[in-house]
Amino acid sequence: MTIGVVTFPGSLDDSDAMRAVRIATGDAVSLWHGDADLKGVDAIVLPGGFSYGDYLRCGAIARFAPIMEPLIDAARGGMPVLGICNGFQILCETHLLPGALVRNDHRKFVCRDQKLRIENTSTPWTSAYQPGQEIVIPLKNGEGGYVADESTLDRLEAQGQVVARYLDGNPNGSYRDIAGVANERGNVVGLMPHPEHAVEALTGPTTDGLGFFTSVLNSLVTA
Amino acid sequence: MTIDTIEHAAKTPDQPQPWGELGLKADEYERIRELLGRRPTSAELAMYSVMWSEHCSYKSSKVHLRTFGELAQETSTGKLLAGIGENAGVVDIGQGYAVTFKVESHNHPSYVEPYQGAATGVGGIVRDILAMGARPIGVMDSLRFGPLEAADTQRVLPGVVAGVGGYGNCLGLPNIGGEVVFDPSYAGNPLVNALCVGVMRHEDLHLAHASGAGNKVILYGARTGGDGIGGVSVLASETFESEGPAKRPSVQVGDPFMEKLLIECTLELFAEGLVVGIQDLGGAGLSCATSELASAGDGGMHVVLDRVPLRDATLAPEEILMSESQERMMAVVEPAMVERFMRICEKWDVQADIVGEVNESGRLTIEWRGETVVDVPPRTVAHEGPVYQRPFARPAWQDTLQAAGPSTLARPSTGAELRSTLLRLIGSANLCSRAWITDQYDRYVLGNTVLAQPEDAGVLRVDPETGLGVALSTDANGRYAKLDPYLGAQLALAEAYRNVAVTGARPLAVTNCLNFGSPEDPAVMWQFAEAVRGLADGCRTLGTPVTGGNVSLYNQTGDTAILPTPVVGVLGVIDDVAGRVPSGFNTPGHIIYLLGDTDDEFGGSEWAHVVHGHLGGQPPAVRLDAERDLAELFYHAARDGLIAAAHDVSDGGLAQALSEAVLRHGVGARVWVPPELDPFVFLFSESTARAIVAVPHPEEVRFTGMCAARGVPHERIGVVDDADALDVQGQFTIGLDELRAAHEGTLPAAFGAD
Repeated sequence: MTIGVVTFPGSLDDSDAMRAVRIATGDAVSLWHGDADLKGVDAIVLPGGFSYGDYLRCGAIARFAPIMEPLIDAARGGMPVLGICNGFQILCETHLLPGALVRNDHRKFVCRDQKLRIENTSTPWTSAYQPGQEIVIPLKNGEGGYVADESTLDRLEAQGQVVARYLDGNPNGSYRDIAGVANERGNVVGLMPHPEHAVEALTGPTTDGLGFFTSVLNSLVTA
Repeated sequence: MTIDTIEHAAKTPDQPQPWGELGLKADEYERIRELLGRRPTSAELAMYSVMWSEHCSYKSSKVHLRTFGELAQETSTGKLLAGIGENAGVVDIGQGYAVTFKVESHNHPSYVEPYQGAATGVGGIVRDILAMGARPIGVMDSLRFGPLEAADTQRVLPGVVAGVGGYGNCLGLPNIGGEVVFDPSYAGNPLVNALCVGVMRHEDLHLAHASGAGNKVILYGARTGGDGIGGVSVLASETFESEGPAKRPSVQVGDPFMEKLLIECTLELFAEGLVVGIQDLGGAGLSCATSELASAGDGGMHVVLDRVPLRDATLAPEEILMSESQERMMAVVEPAMVERFMRICEKWDVQADIVGEVNESGRLTIEWRGETVVDVPPRTVAHEGPVYQRPFARPAWQDTLQAAGPSTLARPSTGAELRSTLLRLIGSANLCSRAWITDQYDRYVLGNTVLAQPEDAGVLRVDPETGLGVALSTDANGRYAKLDPYLGAQLALAEAYRNVAVTGARPLAVTNCLNFGSPEDPAVMWQFAEAVRGLADGCRTLGTPVTGGNVSLYNQTGDTAILPTPVVGVLGVIDDVAGRVPSGFNTPGHIIYLLGDTDDEFGGSEWAHVVHGHLGGQPPAVRLDAERDLAELFYHAARDGLIAAAHDVSDGGLAQALSEAVLRHGVGARVWVPPELDPFVFLFSESTARAIVAVPHPEEVRFTGMCAARGVPHERIGVVDDADALDVQGQFTIGLDELRAAHEGTLPAAFGAD
């Protein structure tokens, strides 16, 4: 099973996402923003970072990269896509995911080990977790406040599209403590915290993040 | 506009020139005329003035810094691959890997414009490391501010912290440690020292050379703009009080995204073998890069200034030469490789232009609009600047200061008094939790951070296969250095060395950033000379060469200099990062040992500072032999898995170390005072060469045996428990919640909670 990781100019956590895929025993393939070529991968991770410096709205330029065209088509066709942090912002900019991410309410960058509850384990990215499972993974963002209008939030809650929620304190002002959401079909997931930084006991606060990567590899095997 | 060409200069010898405003002294200007055999053109004057400034030429410090070059240029893992004189020294860490690391100051710009000053400080040191051929893998920052409660600290600190974070986070380098210190002497002159560490394979080392006639000189990265013009010579040579035009625009503006592209692009250029020589553009911009590259090569260089891509088309040639626009690099490339070079730059959206060519003229010539505006021997610009033997003298007040020791200060004696002293100290500005600051820095990016703040040292994995890694710490204590600059520098070295050692790493090499007041003040110059001598002697004893460093002078407000602040960075190697020792207690039942001897030492201590506002006497004794024994012990004990946690004992003494160790993972400890020690001395003395360790019970006999064999004093002082409290038996108990509130509440209260 191969999982592609897209590198945009300014991507930072791309090598970490590839490492996480390999630790989960998948094959990691590097995808380049400027090539409209998915190289036949089975799933895609949009990694964290500051694509194009994010001097405009985060992710607003990356969504126009050549790679995004086939990626959006594949996502609409059901390919599992995970956007982490900046990747989440890009997925919102493409409207593959509802809502938007805005500057943290305290207006500072925050890096900390964050407790989350996995709210939906039916997506290809979260099936390895138990419903309601609590995990701790790093969170690091300056613009991680998830916002959407009330009716969208109600719909997300009703349809189980809230994938993960912050526990023990909301780190960035996200509405309803939302840390991650999925599209209606569940194959596209955006997550503000960083599971790829919690895959080794040596370098992460836990290995709780590995489940995102083993989930998708399992779902691809069983699909 | 008439261009001041070399012909024009030769014909108009008496034309007045603004050498004084550019920071040159009369004799320096005369020397330039002598070197050139005519008056300099205005472009040449710009180059000389900026390159001969204190910041670029080290003219006041050079005679002292030579001592570092006399140290043996090798570590326990081999000879240095590059030493002082290159952009940054390069240390062999084994397995074919080499590491380069360096600290640099950006003090004055950070006072004027805290965010951009700090951000570009990070950017500059990262490019220094990149120019050695290394991939930057981490940063640290050593910060000093005025009093926590001072109004201006509210302006400077949040800006500096946001700048360090904003640049480093966007660049994708983990921030793994550093220091934050508050003292009134830094109120008008904060210190922002940034460290970067990079790694490479031995064969990838790149040095700044421009050799091979016919090779092309390529400028790549950001366009050149008007920012930072005169930044180096104006900002680094004067203090802030002088009347004059607003200096705000002199501070450069950083673009970390461009720097990220520059890193990836440059590393790809290195990997493809396309670079003969390389130099980053930092202070003094093109003046520095062209003259340094040309004088490090074997011939000359011709540069066509019109080919430099500009952000502002109205810039004059002098301004282009002096601009400190960030995120630029200069490479020397063989003609056959130019096309591939350009293709890689294009891939990364990095602008690249051929601006010149290496030749055999032995001179650096620069042309503008078809006319020659610079024609100089490059070494006279880059390396043959003035060297001053500034007068220095031990100030008369030094004796008075040392005589006013802390022995007369009232000490806490009862358990209740000791308890309240501990709570007061751990919440004080210099000892409280730094989380409000460090939580604004990404410590996880790149996925190789094994230890980061608040651990004693940052530890990064270098090779995922073998587990080879490096450990780094920076330290300084300005109060100790004020009491005795020779010992103060050694104490900074000792602490950084110890911080690296307690993780299980083997300390190898030293970098430094020497922050002092005006070299024109003999008392300050004496402090500087003493600190350099102390550091060099200390490094000789510990067998750790100084691989490079930075000097920042004129750090003062009016006639009042900052505390002498020699910041020392120590690099260590750890064979397998899986064996690293963390600082926090983690398992109830582990036995706590205090290693090293505790004496009654309170001169310059945090206790004297916080409780009595007192600074006087002697700093704690330096015990370098004991430090080395302790480091050897940690290396072996960590390798054999005998210790579960280890934490350095320094500022604030044992009370601080124990508090941090229990709070790290929220486990308690029960501690008893050894019968021979006074409880106050036991808890708060700042005697050096000490650490606490947590030893699993089954390893206790082997551990104490190892201590005895190596002659390391060790005293069983307690046990880790699950009682949620720090209990000093017979004296007091403090619940972890109360301890945590006291330790963690200070900075959020000062700067706003999340």
